[in-house]
Amino acid sequence: MHRPNLISIWFFVGVLLVAYGLLITGAGLYGLFSPPARPVVLGELHAGIWWGGLLLALGTVYTVKFSPRRQK
Amino acid sequence: MSIQMIALSLGPAAPPSRLLALAPVDMVVIALYFAMVLGIGFYLKRYTKTGDDFFLAGREMTAWVAGLSFLAANLGALELMGWAAAAYQYGILATHWYWIGAIPAMLFLGIVMMPFYYISKTHSVPGYLKLRFGESSRALSAITFGFMTVLMSGINMYSMALVMKVVLGWDINFSIWVSSITVAVYVGLGGLLSAIFNEVLQFVLIWMGALLISIIGLIETGGWSGMVARIHANFPGGDYTHLWRTMGSFTDNPMGIHWTGIVLGLGWVISFGYWTTDFLVVQRVLAAKDLRSAKMAPIIGAGFKMMVPFIVILPGLLGLALLQPHLVGEAQAVATGGHSYNEVLPLMLARYCGPGLLGLGITALIAGFMSGMAGNVSAFATVWTYDIYKALVRKDATDAHYVTMGRWCTIVGVVVSIGTAYLVMQFLSIMDYVQALFSFFIAPLFGTVLLGMLWKRCSPAGGFWGLLAGTLSSIGMWAWVKLDPTALKYIALSTNARDMAENMYRALWSWIVCVVVTVVVSLLTKPKPESELTGLVYGCTDVPGEGHLPIYQRPVFWAGVIALAFVTLNVIFW
Repeated sequence: MHRPNLISIWFFVGVLLVAYGLLITGAGLYGLFSPPARPVVLGELHAGIWWGGLLLALGTVYTVKFSPRRQK
Repeated sequence: MSIQMIALSLGPAAPPSRLLALAPVDMVVIALYFAMVLGIGFYLKRYTKTGDDFFLAGREMTAWVAGLSFLAANLGALELMGWAAAAYQYGILATHWYWIGAIPAMLFLGIVMMPFYYISKTHSVPGYLKLRFGESSRALSAITFGFMTVLMSGINMYSMALVMKVVLGWDINFSIWVSSITVAVYVGLGGLLSAIFNEVLQFVLIWMGALLISIIGLIETGGWSGMVARIHANFPGGDYTHLWRTMGSFTDNPMGIHWTGIVLGLGWVISFGYWTTDFLVVQRVLAAKDLRSAKMAPIIGAGFKMMVPFIVILPGLLGLALLQPHLVGEAQAVATGGHSYNEVLPLMLARYCGPGLLGLGITALIAGFMSGMAGNVSAFATVWTYDIYKALVRKDATDAHYVTMGRWCTIVGVVVSIGTAYLVMQFLSIMDYVQALFSFFIAPLFGTVLLGMLWKRCSPAGGFWGLLAGTLSSIGMWAWVKLDPTALKYIALSTNARDMAENMYRALWSWIVCVVVTVVVSLLTKPKPESELTGLVYGCTDVPGEGHLPIYQRPVFWAGVIALAFVTLNVIFW
């Protein structure tokens, strides 16, 4: 391996998922308190909140597990 | 194996109104994606200094990364939207393109063919032909592949821009230039390494963006049985949920295909040709860090490929169950102001996804498009640099010179693709011809590579003339049906056969022509001595054994697991 300091792809995946998780959960929570004028079908499931939360959780795991500091 | 039906049928007459409206948070989600892929490209530039780094990602990819990239290069946005539309139109029959049309071929690549590609240390599939058959076979294969790749890239670019116009109201020029410049930058900077990194990222985003539609859709219908009941209620008399039952006759199913066409044409020639010899996908596996990883990568890819219908076919079926009024063909949609089959995926996206989630879904489509385009461009750069420029123009340059050529070639490939996109915009019928061109080259190439790997008596002359005869026969059959449509009864064995069936039978015949000519010419000409076939042909190559590994680490074990799951799924949905 001649690229020992190369950051893992899974770290980049984790960072993006964390960012998306925060944005989508935030948008979901905003929709909870300020319902949209044209709600989506099954909007009462609040998919944005739990799907965003899932992205955030997955992203956190990948970001921490494949962090460049832990890889050294 | 992408399909062009969306842009073909949307055409310039598609209604200008948009299907979806994005909120500011959706725009932020999309912008973050572009920032990340460009950031990865700039970050990886420092790691791509040699030819092996740029064109083969240093041959350091793990089986998982190579396997996901292998699949992502094929999982384009048109693939997602096109097959969701096909599922709405034809039902679960569209799944054949994901199961019998992919899984056996991917497993065969991993277990049987990968050792020869990998041990020969070739940079490309045309490069393997050079080692096995000589320069003429390589030149024929490289030139046709390069030509096809940039054409397909341009057509995909145009189709995606058209989809973005219809779905989001985005300007076609804006979509073409922003997406293609982004791909040119990150592939030009980091080569295959950058393409593979981004393809893994894109693979994750595609799943995260599309999976939610299926989950909420199944909640709404009350599960699979509830969905089937609604489809039966909406379309009484139609069978949309069985894979094989209606395949006994050309006239019993809406695709106009007989099971022999699916099994021999799609499942054998087209599928094996694409998955085992199309350098666009094979290049990802050649980047694996060792032989075991190279064998495992297509097997991992096959496992995920088998699940793709869950995010592509299922939304189409859910559309059949849930969308009112029913979707119609594009011409009727334009005439009546309704929605067409091709809009089923964005319609389902709009049905369930609010702000943020909608941005994620659109990002999944953009990611799919860019992964497909990056695959085309990086494969083109490699084949041009190694198999055309180095072989025919400048043989003795330094490694750094070829890397520079690869970077420029990436830019040129994108520019030519953009030119193709604008050409298609002016002459839409080009797409018909290019789709046929794709089938001209793949099926005969599979015959040539297969015989080359498995039959040591196969001679250089046999390989070249077989490939040429197979390609010319395919073009000849296509022209024959164009000039005389009644010839369909000879090519596709039925006048009821549709375009897809014709493609499959034509591929089958051209493969047979290639194999017969290769065998006959080989028997009449002098083969290479066995000493020159080491590492290239079965029986002359010492493939490292895996007996020392525990069974769960052996590729053949996992290939067996995937094969068992494949058979089980076909029985369940028979």
